[in-house]
Amino acid sequence: MSRILAIETSCDETAAAVVEDGRRVLSSVVSSQVDLHARYGGVVPELAGRAHVELLTPVVAEALLEAGVENGADGRPGLDAVAATVGPGLIGALLVGVSAAKAMALAWGLPFVGVNHLEGHLAAAFLEEPELEFPLVVLLVSGGHTMLVRMDGPGRYRLLGQTIDDAAGEAFDKVARFLGLGYPGGPVIDQVSIEGDPKAVEFPRALMDEGYDFSFSGLKTAVITYVRKNPDAPVADVAASFQEAVVDVLVTKARRAALDLGVKGLCLAGGVAANSLLRERTLDVCIAEGLRPFIPSRSLCTDNAAMIGVAAAWRLDAAGPSPLDLAADPNLRLI
Amino acid sequence: MIILGIETATARVGCALGGVEGVLAEFHSSRDRRHAETLAPAIEFLLRAAHIEPREISVVAVDAGPGLFTGLRVGVATAKAMAQSLRVPMIGLSSLDLLAFGVRYTDRLIVPVIDARRAEVYYAKYRHVPGGVQRVSEYRVASPAEVAGELQATRENCLVIGDGALRYAGVLGSEASIELGTVGNAYPSPGALVELAHPRAVREEFVHPSELEVMYLRRSDAEINWDARERGGEAGAAAAG
Ligand SMILES: [Zn+2]
Repeated sequence: MSRILAIETSCDETAAAVVEDGRRVLSSVVSSQVDLHARYGGVVPELAGRAHVELLTPVVAEALLEAGVENGADGRPGLDAVAATVGPGLIGALLVGVSAAKAMALAWGLPFVGVNHLEGHLAAAFLEEPELEFPLVVLLVSGGHTMLVRMDGPGRYRLLGQTIDDAAGEAFDKVARFLGLGYPGGPVIDQVSIEGDPKAVEFPRALMDEGYDFSFSGLKTAVITYVRKNPDAPVADVAASFQEAVVDVLVTKARRAALDLGVKGLCLAGGVAANSLLRERTLDVCIAEGLRPFIPSRSLCTDNAAMIGVAAAWRLDAAGPSPLDLAADPNLRLI
Repeated sequence: MIILGIETATARVGCALGGVEGVLAEFHSSRDRRHAETLAPAIEFLLRAAHIEPREISVVAVDAGPGLFTGLRVGVATAKAMAQSLRVPMIGLSSLDLLAFGVRYTDRLIVPVIDARRAEVYYAKYRHVPGGVQRVSEYRVASPAEVAGELQATRENCLVIGDGALRYAGVLGSEASIELGTVGNAYPSPGALVELAHPRAVREEFVHPSELEVMYLRRSDAEINWDARERGGEAGAAAAG
């Protein structure tokens, strides 16, 4: 049995979790900074870094308490390793979690494990579906990333395609801001679209028939151009039509990848995977094509430390502990 | 009592171990600003060199600023996590106090000045008192020219030190009454941090890791720019109206 304390501070969530054997979540605490960044319409790196410094101590304390691992032998907690996200993300935010995890590993005499945030997202589904069968196609969509990944096992990934400009979540944020719907864009557009007609406007689907790469900046521009020309168009219709276009492209490409590669299942990951329409359409496609759908709970799609704990267990198994001089890397790649 | 001191408020990263016998082991490096990569291995090295187990540490002292945001974040996050995991209290000290303490044997007004970027500096004024220094001003942030003007107005002999004094030597050192420090006393020392923390630890002037706050003195650039934009917007609207 092995227990890992995992810390995640790559963006605007301060999170800590204790994960047992890479599959059981003993605790998972997430403190969101959404309110702090809302008035700026996006995450402000300097504010995120300051907030992580303030929030991390209580968040870790709560995760240890909830997991019941506070007091092990010789006054140390019942843990076997301390892990933290080392990238990709905001450098000033990553440094807080990495510094804290190294210090805790040092204080307790435990191994430190540096984790790739993207691998964490890929690992999230395994908390609810430990018997996930490989190979899989994973659609990883968040505020910073949009990629299709073939996964042949823990640590065995092939990048099939990714966005050539904006990430899907970024497009949601930018369009929501333009429509005056607030921040963060994903949840508000999801909500507003319920009242709208997704067929009201036929927005462009970029690169629809070409490979596995994505492009969303043209769609964002098309929304802006449309609203300027049609100032009286109902916001809900515009939002619903925009969401329809994004989800259409994501699901069409994920489906094609799964069929082309002949994999058994299709998996969603990342914050945008919390979107209702994307979840619904992914499920539809899986049923229609006989693919096994792996759609994690919303709380496992958005940034959390439990997924970092799973990826840390994989990493520890495959490569052992990380050195204490490991650098945080804001541009760390999956492969 | 063993105190671990962590010092990352400037381009230098450092740490020290000490207690009633003074400083037992000390490390610092000013190369490349690799604070996050350097600090944890340095603490590990010090502990080994001084034959001290982590659990023997009874207090974690940290330089809580003002200074470089990135460095402070690494040092304060490390210090808080060490204290939290060892279940020991913390002592937060100011980078400016540490700088003044390092040059305390003088009758002159001691003025540590730390580069704050954006063409500003953090500074405060101190006097030598038995056993240390006494701060005789607020902690402030201002342009180097404002600091120079303020010091000239005191008509006192001043000793101005710190990386801000080096960077703005031309502005700050133009008066005969003002002597500038050298690179040797330009950075807060982790040894001074442990030395200064010791009497406080004896008096049990502790803070809990969750209560220790970084001294920023200035709001983030985003907040400053946001307010400027809001004010600009209002002024523009008023002019148009
Ligand atoms: Zn993420």
